[in-house]
Amino acid sequence: MTIPAGLRRTVLRARRDTGFLAAGVPPHLALVPVWAWAATTTARTGNWLLTVPTSAALVLLGTPVLTAVQRARYRVLIGVDVPRLTPTAPEKRTWASTARWLAATRPWRKIGYHLVLGPLLAMLELLVLVLTAAGLAGATVYAWAWALPTGIRQDWFGNLTQRPVYTAAGLLLLCALPWTARAVVRAEAWLALGLLGPSRAQRLQERVDQLAVSRTDLIEAVDAERRRIERDLHDGTQQRLVSLAVNLGLAIATRPDLPDAREVIARAHLEAKEAIAELNDLVRGLHPAVLEDRGLDAALSGLAARTPLPVRLRVDLEERVAPSVESVAYFVISEALTNATKHASAMRAEVIVRRVGGVLRVRVTDDGLGGADAAGGTGLSWLAKRVGSLDGAFHVSSPVGGPTTITAELPCAR
Amino acid sequence: MRAVIAEDSVLLRVGLTKVLEMGGFQVPAEVGDAEGLLAAVAEHRPELALIDVRMPPDFTDEGVRAAMEIRRRWPGTAVVLLSQYVEERYAADLLSANTSGVGYLLKQRVADVADFVAAVRRVADGGTALDPQVVAQLLLRRDNDPLARLTPREREVLGLMAEGRSNAGIAQALVVSESAVAKHINNIFAKLDLPVVDADHRRVLAVLRFLGASRA
Repeated sequence: MTIPAGLRRTVLRARRDTGFLAAGVPPHLALVPVWAWAATTTARTGNWLLTVPTSAALVLLGTPVLTAVQRARYRVLIGVDVPRLTPTAPEKRTWASTARWLAATRPWRKIGYHLVLGPLLAMLELLVLVLTAAGLAGATVYAWAWALPTGIRQDWFGNLTQRPVYTAAGLLLLCALPWTARAVVRAEAWLALGLLGPSRAQRLQERVDQLAVSRTDLIEAVDAERRRIERDLHDGTQQRLVSLAVNLGLAIATRPDLPDAREVIARAHLEAKEAIAELNDLVRGLHPAVLEDRGLDAALSGLAARTPLPVRLRVDLEERVAPSVESVAYFVISEALTNATKHASAMRAEVIVRRVGGVLRVRVTDDGLGGADAAGGTGLSWLAKRVGSLDGAFHVSSPVGGPTTITAELPCAR
Repeated sequence: MRAVIAEDSVLLRVGLTKVLEMGGFQVPAEVGDAEGLLAAVAEHRPELALIDVRMPPDFTDEGVRAAMEIRRRWPGTAVVLLSQYVEERYAADLLSANTSGVGYLLKQRVADVADFVAAVRRVADGGTALDPQVVAQLLLRRDNDPLARLTPREREVLGLMAEGRSNAGIAQALVVSESAVAKHINNIFAKLDLPVVDADHRRVLAVLRFLGASRA
């Protein structure tokens, strides 16, 4: 006989939920002896000088332990992760900052959970367990009633109508159990997340911090990858091509006596040199080594000089900015000059780079046809994304007929 | 004449050696990094060192630094830097101390063997050889000085002078007559307010002014 998958799932979940609730009883009751002892002793002796500080200390010591136990219980038994509440310790230890740090760990909520809510939850858990036991017992009454002493059996299970009623009631309880247990588990998880975990603001703050770090890491990884590719091509293919061109050049220079081959070699020589030039342009676009070594200002010389139209370069940078900012600024200028040359048929261009306070402002103007669209062209929208990845502002002004001005403002406070 | 080669790509080292040997140089040593280069120059005292800019360990400007050190310690050794890309800053570093016996060329120029050998010989004889791309970058950076008064043609002529070419070489490159070149050069001297001394010295001064290395 096969058990339907749905039923099987329900049974397994009910078993998991009841197990979880059963495991909650001991830690939820853990602090009860503490305050029960404190209350009775104080009432008996009338002296609270010993009992109150002792129980307070026990509660304070017990809270982190119990919190850890509860967190493990939620994680292991029902797969709910109650985030750890670990605000970063203050850099300067003053009374105020330490107090703020302590408050951020939300101690009162935790103590309230273990001291007050815990016993109530334990009652609820016990209730579910009792109902489960009763359900099981009722449903299986035919199986065990015969084993009872005769007197009890006759008093309670003697009547022919009693056993079917017990069985029916037991089955009903068992049918209701999965949903009852689920409801209690949900309520407990909700309470634990609210009281033992960070607040919504704290969670969001943490998430924002994480995202900021991972975004920075990602940008750095992309840059590192570009550098790696640049380096690989530089050390490998580029040297090979140069060597090829040099050898062909040597062939031309040393064997002028082969009229037939000479033309072919000369053509190969020319093509090798063109391939070098093309690859150089591509590789320098990936990540110019001088950008890393000497900074933005130095890297722009080569960029502007290789642009086939006159470029006026005005760079006003007293010191270098962060590598990620330098690299985005470089690519903005590179792409803008490429657009000016290829699409705008510009006659001249001007590049202005200056730092104003904590912002690096890059502006590229050309006198071309205009009509560039930041949303349309892949190049420009890619630039907007890269600038955005540094929380920068990107703006394109390009009326039809020109001129085109591309501006990027990059935060660069270190 | 003797030349040492510093280039970390073995493949290219072989090619460079062949090219130099074809150009009448002897190559007593070829090395793969800046440290080895300094040791080789100390040992062989060659007339020329042919140096790759990017070498181990950092692959940035090791060659430039080594070249400056060589010019400082062994003035009899001329240096020619080779690089996949030329950078105006490296040129400025190199030229800040010396404008004679230095060269800075794109690697791909080696492929034009005859021109390259001529440029290297010029440097070994105390001249200069700057890649046209270096010149273009240097020009770009000087638009607020007397050089701004030069016409584009005069700038071109001055750039070729900085590359180390003779009047005849400039005339050939621009496809004009030598007398036209001479006229341009006289205009350049006049516009740069260079003192009337012998022509060669003025020529050097003009190039120095052009390179921004002259503080006179």
